[in-house]
Parts: sequence; C-alpha cells; structure tokens
Amino acid sequence: MRRLETLAAWILGLLWILPLAYAFWTAFHPGEFSTRFQLLAPLTLDNFRRAWEAAPFARYFLNSFMLVTMVLSAQLVLCTLAGYAFARFDFPGKEIAFVLVLVQLMIMPDVLIVENYRTMARLGILDSIPAIGLPYMASAFGIFLLRQTFKTVPRELDEAARVEGATALQVLWKVYVPLARPVYLAFGLVSVSYHWNNFLWPLIVTNSVTSRPVTVGLQVFSSGDQGIDWSIITAATVMTSAPLLVAFLLFQRQFVQSFMRAGIR
Amino acid sequence: MKRSTVHGWLLLLPAFVLLALFTHWPVVGTIWDSFHATPKGSRPAPWVGLENYRVMAADEVFWRSLWNNLWYALGTVPISIALAILMALWVNSAMRGRTWLRMAFFTPTILPMIAVANIWLFFYTPQYGLLEQFTRLFGIAGRNWLGSPDTALACVTIVAIWKEAGFFMIFYLAALQSIPPSLAEAAAIEGASRTYYFRRVVFPLLMPTTLFVMINAVINSVRLVDHIFVMTRGGPNNATSLLLFHVYQVGFNFWDTGYAAALTIVLLVVLAAIAIGQFVFLDKRVHYQ
Repeated sequence: MRRLETLAAWILGLLWILPLAYAFWTAFHPGEFSTRFQLLAPLTLDNFRRAWEAAPFARYFLNSFMLVTMVLSAQLVLCTLAGYAFARFDFPGKEIAFVLVLVQLMIMPDVLIVENYRTMARLGILDSIPAIGLPYMASAFGIFLLRQTFKTVPRELDEAARVEGATALQVLWKVYVPLARPVYLAFGLVSVSYHWNNFLWPLIVTNSVTSRPVTVGLQVFSSGDQGIDWSIITAATVMTSAPLLVAFLLFQRQFVQSFMRAGIR
Repeated sequence: MKRSTVHGWLLLLPAFVLLALFTHWPVVGTIWDSFHATPKGSRPAPWVGLENYRVMAADEVFWRSLWNNLWYALGTVPISIALAILMALWVNSAMRGRTWLRMAFFTPTILPMIAVANIWLFFYTPQYGLLEQFTRLFGIAGRNWLGSPDTALACVTIVAIWKEAGFFMIFYLAALQSIPPSLAEAAAIEGASRTYYFRRVVFPLLMPTTLFVMINAVINSVRLVDHIFVMTRGGPNNATSLLLFHVYQVGFNFWDTGYAAALTIVLLVVLAAIAIGQFVFLDKRVHYQ
C-alpha cells in the first residue's frame, strides 16, 4: 500500500515537472527533435541565440529588472511606514484607515485595469515603467504583513530606545526593521516573483520596446506572425523563466518558507 | 492635536495617497463610468443611466464568460485544493524523494503563467503535440483539444490547476507540521486506520487552512487569465472567454470603456461577495483556530 502511494506520488511529481522538462528538451535541441525523443539527440544553444536576436530581449530583461526593483523598493518604504503607524500609533480614524487598506486585498489592481488606464493617461505616463509599477506600490498585503510583525516586537525595546532620546523614525529603523528581517525577505521574494511574472496590466499600459517587461515581450514575440518555429519560442520561454527558476533552485528552502510565511497571517 | 495623531497619519500618508489614487478612486470611478457612455474625443461622456447594464444583459459573450468563469472556478477550486492536500500529505510523510517531490510540485508557482502557457499550448497542439502523441498510443488521436469548444475550457482549467496546486500545498504543509505528532500516536494506539485518522483528526484540523486557501483559489479564478491570451484568446467561439478577459477585450480591443466599466462592476460585486463571505466565516472562527 505504501509502495503504491509512493509510486502515485512519483507519477504525479513527474507529471507536474513534465511541461518544464519538455520545454528544456525542445529548447536545447534542434527543431527536428522537438517531437522526437532520442536519448542521443544533439544538444544546441542555437535556439537561444536565434530567439535573443529575433527580439530585443536584452531590453525586456532590463525593463523587468527596473520594474521589479522600483516596485519592491517603493513597497518596502511605504509598507514599513504604514505598518509601523498601524502597529504602534494611536490616532483617530485608524480603524477606518485599516479597513480601507484591507480593501486592496480583495480588490487588487489587476481587476481595476480600465480605470487605472485612464488615470495613467491623465497623468501622461502611459507606456512607461512607473505606470506599470504605481498601482502596486502601496501593497495592502505588505502593510498587513509588517503590521503583524511589528506588533510582536516587545514594547520594552521600543521604550528603551525612546528613553535614550531616539525619534519615532530612528526607533523604526534601529529596532523594528532589523527584527523583521525574515519577513522582509519573505515579502521581497513574493513581490519579485509576482511582478516578474505579472502580465495583464503591463500588457495594457505598455506598447513599446522601451517599457515592455519580459512577459509582455515574450507574448509579442511568440504571437508574431513571422512563422517562428517552436524551438525558438520555447527557448524564449525558458529564458524568461530562467532568473526566477535559477533563484528558486538555489534557494529552495527560503522560497518555500517565504511563500509560507507570507500566506499565514 | 496629539503628537501621535500627527505622526500616525504622516507615516500613513504616502501609502494612503497611492491607495486612494489606484484602488479607492478607481472603484468609485468604475461605478461612475458604468452609468456613462464611452467618451468620444475630448467631449465628456454623457450620462446614460442603466444603458450599459442593458447592453450587458443582452450581451451573449458576457453571459458566456460568466458561465465559463463559474465552471472555471468549479473546476480549479476543489481540484486544486484536493491535490494540494494530497501533495502536502505526501511531502510531509517519510516518503522517499520527498524533497524532490516538493520541488516538482512547487515549481509551477514561480514560473510566469504567460511562459508556461506557451509550453502547454504546444502540449495540446493537434497532430504533433505531446498529448496527441500520447493519445495516439491508445488510438484516440485526431482531436483538436484547444480548438474544440467542448474541450477548450477544460484544457485551460487544467493549466490553472497545475499552476496553483503546489502553491496551496505549502500552506497545508505548514498546517500539517503544526499538528502534534502525539495525535497520530494516540490514533495508532487506538487502532484507527490512516483514512479514519485523516478524516476525523487531520482534515478538521486543516479547516482554517482550507478556508484561507479556498478564498485565495476563488479570487484566483477571477484573476488568473494570462494563459487565455496565449492559448485561446477566448475562443473557439468564446468557449474560454472569462470575465476579466472579456473586460480586457471590451475595454482595450473595442475601446468601449463605458461598457467595460459596467463589466468591471460585476467583478467587483463578486469580489465584495467573497470578502463579506470571508468576514462572516472568520467571525465564526471556523474551528480550532
């Protein structure tokens, strides 16, 4: 019985990894082997080279990198400040403000595409990287996560620092932020993978090479009508997934724990 | 005014400005715009009352998308939860190769949906796709899985399940690890079978996790439409058009933003209903939390 279960688990595991394994097969072999599986089929990097030359992927990668960095740094600052306010300050309207923040957990920017597009048009920043990032910068999820974390910091530490004459911001920086380091790591990983993978909103708000992230770039590339063959599309697919995939394989434990920590509130 | 009041609001201010601009205002704006026609040129859009909603009631693609989305949710939510529990139980047991299994199950979570959709597209391709090669062994080849309205929705649903199950698995894994081993020992001493132990002890203890995962899964069934763009573009014959995808088409292919706003209202109502449902449920605290 146990044996049978192990077998079932392994079959499911293989099934789960199959699409990715298949993508690697196709990407690293010449086109004629994309549907023929021979153990000794010659390996090649040619598909990657041709994909890289067929579309401005270097620029797309740069755009994605800038987007992810911009969003994450803005999120870290904004969410830290707001989380601190909710965790350790008493002020009238706090309850309502908190509910207003939580609204974003349910109504994500992903569904407000029509109105946000208008706003970006009014601001005159359509087709720019900040336009992709702005709706996500004040992350309710990040605020909530940091508020929970800051609340677990013992008051005594806070008061001790105040007695020594530290200001509110100094206390935040010297006491709260260092203690929340694992949470920052968790939030960072989740945020980076979310924004690296995000597609719909960037698709809507960008329409040129200078602002498109890789996900949109890949879509533009693979839906092009120049009759590109599968091996090249798959190579491009592997390429766009590679940064996160490599990071994940290297830091598996941190990734899994981060996603876990971020989910349990 | 007290100092903590000033400080509190000052700390909140930057995040709040952005939230107001890109979450609260758009919600209000969506409601407002749904009662207006689509603006033409620089002239302000005229008030049309319920006209957009009347169009919606007569829009067959909208109804189709609504039903599709319902089936999509009914497919993804229970199956991905069941698979997630199964995966978590396996990965949490003393099974051989469980580290490898955990990696295999979790990997789809971190891959871009738009990229994996390309792989799945080829998987389903008629004649030389992987699925077709496999079914040919059983002599049932010759199907166009994504091209036929009967199977297309199921195909994109499977992709969503594949993407999500491993993500949900880790929440169950965390919950399983917090169950004291003494419970399993006690059950073993009492002679309870593994199935019985799961049904009467583990599953009830997982209830809060299930609720949390379920809410996320439902939200995802509204939000997860990326693969539609690559695999079917809503076709064939709108068989895979989901609500958010329809909003996109109306708003950004036909540029009918007034009507797109009205369609967005449907999404907002669905999400609000989930939020209220969650609030009511969490108020009862489910069990044991």
